[in-house]
Amino acid sequence: MAKNLIEVEHVKKYFPIHKGLLNRVVGNVKAVDDVSITIREGETFGLVGESGCGKSTLGRVILRLQNATAGAVKFNGRDIHSMGSKELNKMREEMQIIFQDPFGSLNPRFLVKDIIGEPLKVHTKMSASQIEKRVIELMELVGLDASRRNRYPHEFSGGQRQRIGIARAIALNPKFIVADEAVSALDVSVQSQVINLLMKLQREMGLTFLFIAHGLNVVRHISDRVGVMYLGKMVEVGETETLYANPLHPYTAALLSAIPKPTPTKKRNRIVLQGDVPSPANPPSGCRFHPRCPFAQEKCSQVEPALTEVLPGRQVACHYPIGVEGGSDLNSLK
Amino acid sequence: MAEKLLEIRNLTTAFMSENGFVKATDRISLNIEKGQTLCLVGESGSGKSVTSLSIMRLIDYAGGSILEGNIRFNGDDLATKEQDQMRSIRGNKIAMIFQDPMSALNPVFTVGEQIAESLRLHQNKSHSEAWKEAIELLRLVGIPAPEMRAKQYPHELSGGMCQRVVIAVALACKPELLIADEPTTALDVTVQAQILELLMKLKEELGMAILLITHDMGVAAEVADHIAVMYAGSIVEQGTVEEIFSNPSHPYTVGLLQSIPGFEGKRGNELYTIKGTIPGLGNLPKGCRFNPRCPHVMDKCRQVEPGDIQIGAEHSTKCWLYEDKDRNGVSVSGGIGGNANG
Repeated sequence: MAKNLIEVEHVKKYFPIHKGLLNRVVGNVKAVDDVSITIREGETFGLVGESGCGKSTLGRVILRLQNATAGAVKFNGRDIHSMGSKELNKMREEMQIIFQDPFGSLNPRFLVKDIIGEPLKVHTKMSASQIEKRVIELMELVGLDASRRNRYPHEFSGGQRQRIGIARAIALNPKFIVADEAVSALDVSVQSQVINLLMKLQREMGLTFLFIAHGLNVVRHISDRVGVMYLGKMVEVGETETLYANPLHPYTAALLSAIPKPTPTKKRNRIVLQGDVPSPANPPSGCRFHPRCPFAQEKCSQVEPALTEVLPGRQVACHYPIGVEGGSDLNSLK
Repeated sequence: MAEKLLEIRNLTTAFMSENGFVKATDRISLNIEKGQTLCLVGESGSGKSVTSLSIMRLIDYAGGSILEGNIRFNGDDLATKEQDQMRSIRGNKIAMIFQDPMSALNPVFTVGEQIAESLRLHQNKSHSEAWKEAIELLRLVGIPAPEMRAKQYPHELSGGMCQRVVIAVALACKPELLIADEPTTALDVTVQAQILELLMKLKEELGMAILLITHDMGVAAEVADHIAVMYAGSIVEQGTVEEIFSNPSHPYTVGLLQSIPGFEGKRGNELYTIKGTIPGLGNLPKGCRFNPRCPHVMDKCRQVEPGDIQIGAEHSTKCWLYEDKDRNGVSVSGGIGGNANG
């Protein structure tokens, strides 16, 4: 088995809520609450969940774009959250991010060659002509016409801009890339082009991806393993195929059943969840999913379930996981 | 066959630009029968929203104008109506739901007031009557504790709740046609499932027709009776939902279905892609507008634009591959799936 590249250990990220004249802290939004995951070298780890569940915050904390409230993130065994700024800067060459919005994430006043070349300027001692050569290489690698390097971002379409963002992210040959909703803003036909590009780059450069998305189909296609988040907690982790085929957590099951499928003839049993995601400032007691869970029992509102390995390679945080002995039964819903 | 509610013929809507008129929709024709759901699918910039704004005649306010064609609603042509006349139809007989529920509601009025407003305007109800009915509507769209919620402002509700309120506003006057422009795009999948289920339930109960605009083929498959696929301002294929999904014929429809990840093919395999990008409406290619991206392009495609070709009782496509009515020797399936010969 490949070694672990990223080890996230009990990471918490709280955002304080200030109120009143004295700006006292009256509470915390627990965006990420005690999450532990490992990402293996060369794999794509998909992170799914509804908006506000903390998946983007987790991605940012892993890169230390935001400091964790507690916990450690180890990159190749070294904790990036206890590093000094010099050491961290060096580390940043190894890890990059691709953002969701292909319009907001590129500086409109920079030429495309300067956008792609900027990490090289910051982190390497390459000369201007060397950088330009590398930019041409990178643009060709991501399928952009390199002769357009002296243009501004607004002259490119959404899909092309996302390619610019990708070229910038791979400029330093990083090991690890966080793709935060990298294809969500794109149309289907363009989306498939960008997904193919990401998978090609992974094969050629041996990249490790943390792929954050709310599009469950996309995550299934690209990920080796998937983690499902709900209200700041990791509720289920497993190999993509087994997780999609047999979800253990009722939330995962509901999420998967909610995907509209392009097959009009098949009628499926859909678990329609009631209500909305509760506020992460004031999460429910016990299991955070229990007010919306169709299988909730008394224990669920009192005791918080821990993420435990119930089947080989399958971790779930549920007292009564689906399809496990003594657990919940999907057929009982009919 | 059911009665026709909306009949669009050769609708061309254009925007003035520096280089003359740019046609956002080009001679499109559509039918919606009473109580049916038509899904208009296509990628951004294909003219879906312009079509819906044209039906509502809101296009006049968006800088566009209808150059030709008719929009017959219950036999009445909306394309030539004055705006005052439209005002009594909009929100009354035809209602619309927009993509972003947060910006569709007025932040300085309570949600109850916003529902009551359209009842007072269109149905001359008194304040107290309208308020009572607003609460009933909130209950109908599945908002718990409607008496309390009616007094709240949009920012106090979640995105899914706001979309329910927008639906309640649209339903207030029991419209015959509901136009929903990407009603679930801004929502999470679990909330999307709730909203789609609600729309389908209300459609049954109230017997209204729905024109649903979406870019998600999955959503279309779940709710549509008929589907029309738009590409660069033109409807390239339309038919019943079963026909479109089991027997897609236009290469663009086939490509669109193939590009959906997790639909066909194994995980991790390369996804099918339609090469290139949608052309700008200002410089459409000569002949078929899909020809530069089409894997089956022929000489004729580059010269002459195809018209609607009937390939089934309720299935038509704009593609020269189907010119020969028997469809002999035509294979869309070669390499890209789809079962054109079936």
